[in-house]
Amino acid sequence: MFGYSMAEIGNIMVMQGFAGLSMFSVLLLMALGLAIIFGQMGVINMAHGEFMTIGAYTTVMLSKLAVAYGFVNYYFIFAIIVAFVLAFAIGYLVEFTLIRHLYKRPLDTLLATWGLSLVMQQIFRSSFGAKEVSAELPEWLLGSFQPTPDIDIPINGVFVMGLAAVVTFGVFLFMFRSQWGLRVRATVQNRVMAGAVGINTKKVDRVTFALGCGIAGVAGAAFTTIASTGPTTGTLYIVDSFMVVVFGGAASLFGTIASAFGIAQAQSILQFFMTSSMGKVATLLTIVGILMMRPEGLFASKVRK
Amino acid sequence: MSTNDRRRFMTKVGALTGALLAVSMVSGMGSAFAEDFPTAKVNTTKLAVTDKTVKVGILHSATGTMAISETGSIQAEKLAIAQINEMGGVLGRKIEIIQEDGASDWPTFAEKSKKLLENDKVAAVFGCWTSASRKAALPVFEKDNGLLFYPTFYEGLEQSKNVFYTGQEATQQILAGLDWIAKEKKAKTFYLIGSDYIWPRTSMKIARKHIEQHLGGKVVGEEYIALGDTQFGSVINKIKLKKPDIIYAAVVGGSNVAWFKQLNAAGLNSSKQTMLTISVTEDEVLGIGGENLAGFYSAMKYFQTLKNPNNEKFVADFKKMWGPKAVIGDVTQAAYLGPWLWKAAVERAGSFDVDKAVVALPGYELKTAPEGYVKVDPNHHLWSKLRIGKWRADGQADVVYESELIKPDPFPKGYQ
Repeated sequence: MFGYSMAEIGNIMVMQGFAGLSMFSVLLLMALGLAIIFGQMGVINMAHGEFMTIGAYTTVMLSKLAVAYGFVNYYFIFAIIVAFVLAFAIGYLVEFTLIRHLYKRPLDTLLATWGLSLVMQQIFRSSFGAKEVSAELPEWLLGSFQPTPDIDIPINGVFVMGLAAVVTFGVFLFMFRSQWGLRVRATVQNRVMAGAVGINTKKVDRVTFALGCGIAGVAGAAFTTIASTGPTTGTLYIVDSFMVVVFGGAASLFGTIASAFGIAQAQSILQFFMTSSMGKVATLLTIVGILMMRPEGLFASKVRK
Repeated sequence: MSTNDRRRFMTKVGALTGALLAVSMVSGMGSAFAEDFPTAKVNTTKLAVTDKTVKVGILHSATGTMAISETGSIQAEKLAIAQINEMGGVLGRKIEIIQEDGASDWPTFAEKSKKLLENDKVAAVFGCWTSASRKAALPVFEKDNGLLFYPTFYEGLEQSKNVFYTGQEATQQILAGLDWIAKEKKAKTFYLIGSDYIWPRTSMKIARKHIEQHLGGKVVGEEYIALGDTQFGSVINKIKLKKPDIIYAAVVGGSNVAWFKQLNAAGLNSSKQTMLTISVTEDEVLGIGGENLAGFYSAMKYFQTLKNPNNEKFVADFKKMWGPKAVIGDVTQAAYLGPWLWKAAVERAGSFDVDKAVVALPGYELKTAPEGYVKVDPNHHLWSKLRIGKWRADGQADVVYESELIKPDPFPKGYQ
């Protein structure tokens, strides 16, 4: 077939399938935090990318420490946790000082968080320099896993996939199996009623926002395994994040997962058969077409009209 | 005192006297020079030149996405200007810098150029980095008759009376490099990959013609990646299917890092795949990580490891001014040449007037350039050598090939 042997075609299909899954997990990690903040709270957080950058810089800084003190092989898991805690804490603070004053003015949150993203970028630039940096990765994250001599499965891809699964499962437990999640969902459905039955909706808002930021931090930490970190790294991810969330249907976490999967597979298959940029164009055109027919996204939450 | 020691001692004394002499000469020369060149005579076009000072502009992005790349150029230009001032300035006048920020935004480059030329009346501007910023600023320089020194290697197809290009145009960077790798690796099949904008596209067009018409090779794939894209899984699989002898790459920015990291993670390291890139300098290596690059090749005119006295001094001075961790890439070195070339132009013309300086510079040979000898061609580009560097895991490159001096040819016939 096309001058290639069946074995070659088979190998490429395996690796191509993996490339699609790997892109899926990247998109999912990017979008999950945003899906919580945008989908559940209706806050358009333009600084989402910068929270990822916080996670990425945390990892880079810790990797420097790890190199200095010789624990490179173990720091990465630790870095992910620290990235979460740090991004969570900063998100908590941002909600308290900025976002909570703007809940009744959703368009103003867009402007305010965009301003915040610029401020954060400049802070990164002033503290870490304008040049892009990379984290020193532990040995076990490098290279590839070879089930047969002609198939290479990148280990960092497997790692990101595993992490995406863990985070998704965690979010699922939090939202649908915990007291907190119940309160969050109640607040989303009917804020006034939720308040009336004794839920502290302000606290729910704060924790939800912070949680979304924390997950962004985890995503940022994970992305140091595939790309570099610079002050404006966040801007690379923000468009894709919004695309996934909006396409999936803003208020549905399952929609986010389905949309990340659909976009990733479409893009990776199209990019294989067309050129890379044309593959992207075709994917975007499809998304635009579908959104024109279904403006509420793939999975809209059912509401009475 | 043995003979040897004595000889060393005498050399030291000699060097010291020499240095003292030089200092007194320079300080003496400074004032004498300025008087020899009365302001009214060397400045007939109302530039910002006084009896003691001359103003120049530096216009790069200190903020925004391009700050990563342009910071090195700013540092190099400031170093050169500081050194020139230490030697007594230009025509006895100290250089004063007015620095403006292009903020990675092309219209801003045009606006700031206008400000520098029309309000500040600077005698020369060292600046611009991307082709887009240069194209935005160019009409302003031509209208106000300014003088721009542009440091970046670029796609060519341009020549202006008001610009000197201190980086390589496309053919200087591409042809000799392809010749070398085709011969050295007996390569027949090439996979071209670049970011999706004018410089990689023009470069790949030239590369493809050269491969097909002159090397008898075959291009098995040509691919452009959107700027900022970080997902290379599908592209890498395509490369694995086509098994090219050589990957010829011009990926830039954040994508570049993702490209090399994922290539390695997918098992395509330098032991399995030969790659020649025209978009990786020491600056990029910082982000990519030396271990991801080790064994791959870059085609540039300058590498920090170049062994010649000019370069050793340059590297030492640069680190002294900007810290021991500073690295110097190809463009940084080209930016360093700008102020020196401008000094030469003004001194050869005996005037700061742009019209006189511009005609005085072609033909000038700069022998103190860190890259070695360079010559200014009448087409405002530099004659320079092409070098192939093989990256080491520590982020520096070993120079494995050096071409003859190559004449700049911004409008190559048969390649358009």
